[in-house]
Amino acid sequence: MIAEAGLAALWLAAVMALLQLVLGALAVGRKQLSLAGAMVPVTLVQAGLVSFAFACLIAVFARSDMTVLLVAANSHSAKPMIYKIAGTWGNHEGSMLLWVTILGLSGATIALFERKLRIDTKLATLAAQAAIALGFYAFLLFASNPFARISGVIEGAGLNPLLQDPGLAFHPPTLYAGYVGMSAAFSFAVGALLTRNVSPDFARAMRPWILGAWIFLTVGITAGSYWAYYTLGWGGWWFWDPVENASLMPWLAATALLHSVTVLATRDGLRAWTIMLSVLAFSMSMVGTFLVRSGILTSVHSFAVDPDRGLFILALLAIYIAGALALFAARVGTVLEGNRFDLFSREAALVVNNLILTVILVIVMAGTLYPLILEAATGAKISVGAPYFNAAAGPLALILMLLIGAGPLLRWRKDLPKALLDRMAPALLAGAAALLLLAAFAGRIGVLPLLGLVAAAVVGVASLAPLWKRDLKRAPLFTWGMVIAHLGCAVSMAGMACDAAFIKESMVAMATNETRPIGPFEVTLLGVREKPGPNYQALEAVLSVRRAGGGEPFEMLPQLHAFSDPQMTTNQAAIKTFWNGQLYLVLGENSDGQNFLMRLWWKPFVTLIWLGGILIALGGVLALLGRVKRDVWNNRWPWQAAIGAEVRS
Amino acid sequence: MKPSALLAAVALALAAPAFAQDLAEISLADPRQEAQAVALMDSIRCVVCQGQPVSGSNASLAGDMRRLIRERIAAGDKPEDVRAMLVSKYGDWVSFKPVVKPATLPLWIVPLLALLGGVWLVSRRVRLGRG
Amino acid sequence: MNRKVLLWAPFVLVVALFGAFFVGLRNPDDRVIASQMVGKPLPEFSAAAVMPGQPGTASSDYRDGKPRMINIFASWCVPCAAEAPMLAQLKAAGAQIDGIAVHDAPEPLAKFLAQNGNPFSRIGLDPEGRAQIAFGSAGVPETFVVDGQGKIIYQHIGIVEPKDVPMLLNLLGIKP
Repeated sequence: MIAEAGLAALWLAAVMALLQLVLGALAVGRKQLSLAGAMVPVTLVQAGLVSFAFACLIAVFARSDMTVLLVAANSHSAKPMIYKIAGTWGNHEGSMLLWVTILGLSGATIALFERKLRIDTKLATLAAQAAIALGFYAFLLFASNPFARISGVIEGAGLNPLLQDPGLAFHPPTLYAGYVGMSAAFSFAVGALLTRNVSPDFARAMRPWILGAWIFLTVGITAGSYWAYYTLGWGGWWFWDPVENASLMPWLAATALLHSVTVLATRDGLRAWTIMLSVLAFSMSMVGTFLVRSGILTSVHSFAVDPDRGLFILALLAIYIAGALALFAARVGTVLEGNRFDLFSREAALVVNNLILTVILVIVMAGTLYPLILEAATGAKISVGAPYFNAAAGPLALILMLLIGAGPLLRWRKDLPKALLDRMAPALLAGAAALLLLAAFAGRIGVLPLLGLVAAAVVGVASLAPLWKRDLKRAPLFTWGMVIAHLGCAVSMAGMACDAAFIKESMVAMATNETRPIGPFEVTLLGVREKPGPNYQALEAVLSVRRAGGGEPFEMLPQLHAFSDPQMTTNQAAIKTFWNGQLYLVLGENSDGQNFLMRLWWKPFVTLIWLGGILIALGGVLALLGRVKRDVWNNRWPWQAAIGAEVRS
Repeated sequence: MKPSALLAAVALALAAPAFAQDLAEISLADPRQEAQAVALMDSIRCVVCQGQPVSGSNASLAGDMRRLIRERIAAGDKPEDVRAMLVSKYGDWVSFKPVVKPATLPLWIVPLLALLGGVWLVSRRVRLGRG
Repeated sequence: MNRKVLLWAPFVLVVALFGAFFVGLRNPDDRVIASQMVGKPLPEFSAAAVMPGQPGTASSDYRDGKPRMINIFASWCVPCAAEAPMLAQLKAAGAQIDGIAVHDAPEPLAKFLAQNGNPFSRIGLDPEGRAQIAFGSAGVPETFVVDGQGKIIYQHIGIVEPKDVPMLLNLLGIKP
């Protein structure tokens, strides 16, 4: 019954989306702005229905209802409850339903809370949102029904062991909230083009929505990177895998958009470009979610999917992306060109920031998609990985870092080089000091890590400069947000450079009571014991670790898990975090009875990578709070009032 | 295989019990050579897994490749020669570092065009001097 | 005019990209890594004898003017058992088949051959995958055809199926 109720709710939600689209089209096309009053309830009902459908799917997973095909294929009654629930979105159909649920919720949020946007633009925006939703409802209902029944199954097939991790519960929903949240920017852009309203007011209305989605994307990518780092057992934190690139591409576009929308809001410049980026950011999100999942791009995480589904998705993406770009080409010509700007100004720095972010995006896109294009065209197979991405994007990232340092210290409109130099002086000193210290003490390290560390020192100091000599209590929250996000970039870059420059790695075979050095530590193997797990057999190494030359020993327990169904082994690394790095120990396969293979890593300051990511996201949260607080203060957010009352003639 | 490399491989095989010397899983004694070997392993794609380098895979064939790479580096081969040897067996696909040749030029040209186009677009919007 | 061309450029690019995706979807990635050694002389390799009374195999064995098949397999490989009847059929038709057992050990190998038949003239053990890498082979089972001059002329990836038998016999110069 629950499954049928869910399916019915999904159908009704699709009908509501259609209604929302028709209402919006009528309101904007026929100038029937009075229809706006009906829009909010329709949006809310749609969001409610799709959420109910998603709740139904969670319920059938929680109850392990094996008469539902999706549950039988992906779950198991003996799994812990958290994995039963997280398993709801650990598969294709469920993740699609989560996707449209977030889409529905974000539409309702816009309908309820967006007060700054001109009413016709808002209606067009909601209509665009409905158009997107409708396509994906159709995909769910006709090609990926999550509620399909099956009979005769007593026990489920289980979930991939690698996915049985708390990470699954949080990582995909966060990332999806970011991906789908970008649909707001896309719909805003379409609404603005349809109603010819590309203005600073429009930019100010759109900015919080972009910020919100961008925060989720940042958190999602950071969490995903750490998840891969601790589960894969090889100590890597970024593999330039298509799935990872698919999440990086929308983030790059969204980060560029976040900065260009500020230029539009403050200086009325970059009108067409901001619209373009809005379309691009969500297009990248859709490409990210679907092309990878549909098996067109292969990756660690890809799985077979029937070509009809892939074709359906491809058609949807083509309609939305090409449609929006055609609208852009046809309409943006009528948008007046924005203000020009001076070469030495805050807006120029933001424009160059956009240029570099976009070129990095093009590099990631080329590296990810070109092998596919080449194979489709000529049949030749090539691989593009870290060596290409690091060589092509690394230098650009360094230039970007300098802009992060200098940009916020430049004045709007026009500034003087000498004034900037004065404001940058402490930061440049810090950079010079870092360079001297590294030259004196670091030994031989690569050029890119060296420059990365120097850039991190410069930006670390420069990012704090906007707060210099200011009353910290009175500095606006969004200034704090910018400062902390930029500081996060410096922190993250420092972590990446330290990991690249100072990592200590040792792969050894150890006998019992043998001691091996790794970085500043000594690791002694006390023994290896068997430890049965719920659905795997585990070997656990008992390691005693202490600082070289003395110190209290402590215990670390890496495990090797052998799953029988499907046959695979996974490494459970033992990780210990210190203020200056992480000790990462892995018990390897195989032994001759006496010796055990061990992989030992000392990763100085590696945690800064994710700490930086958290700071960047925190900066976003502060900026968002700052904007919302200002809106509430300015009384722009009387959410009790009905939207219809706000119709302006 | 160069004669010197072959000799070294034979010497390694004879020197000690196979396990303790299994270079698939155990670092080379010389840290500079080990760093070279690891850098190469990071950029050689595991042929039985999806999208993982041989340095980060539990597949046995990936272990075989790690062993081969460490042996050749220990015998004094240059990393790029070892890469070329693997490419001659499995094709360009096996290397995460794309070979520069006409078919791979777009990887560099497309970003370069984007950069130049972007600079051109920006230059149209910049106002030089006082305005 | 200039601006108009510029504004339509993203649209054109995206349509082209989706065209490529469409082609990509029509020919889904087969994930097969073909050996680059086809058409080249046999690489240097040696795989030591493991079965009593059956010699091992090495590159020096292939200069006698006779075309042969080299089957790369393993006792732990489930599909390898499935192609055993076809190998037996090829052998019965006169094919010379040599085997290279990858990551294997004498005991399970003997058990595997007792269960599935032993169509091999020679069997060599390749415990560290050296011969496999020398052939540019990416998995088991794979079958290479070597001509009389010691050149690899064909690589078959995956199970030899009944429909492949005439083609393989043809490559070996055996009239059915």
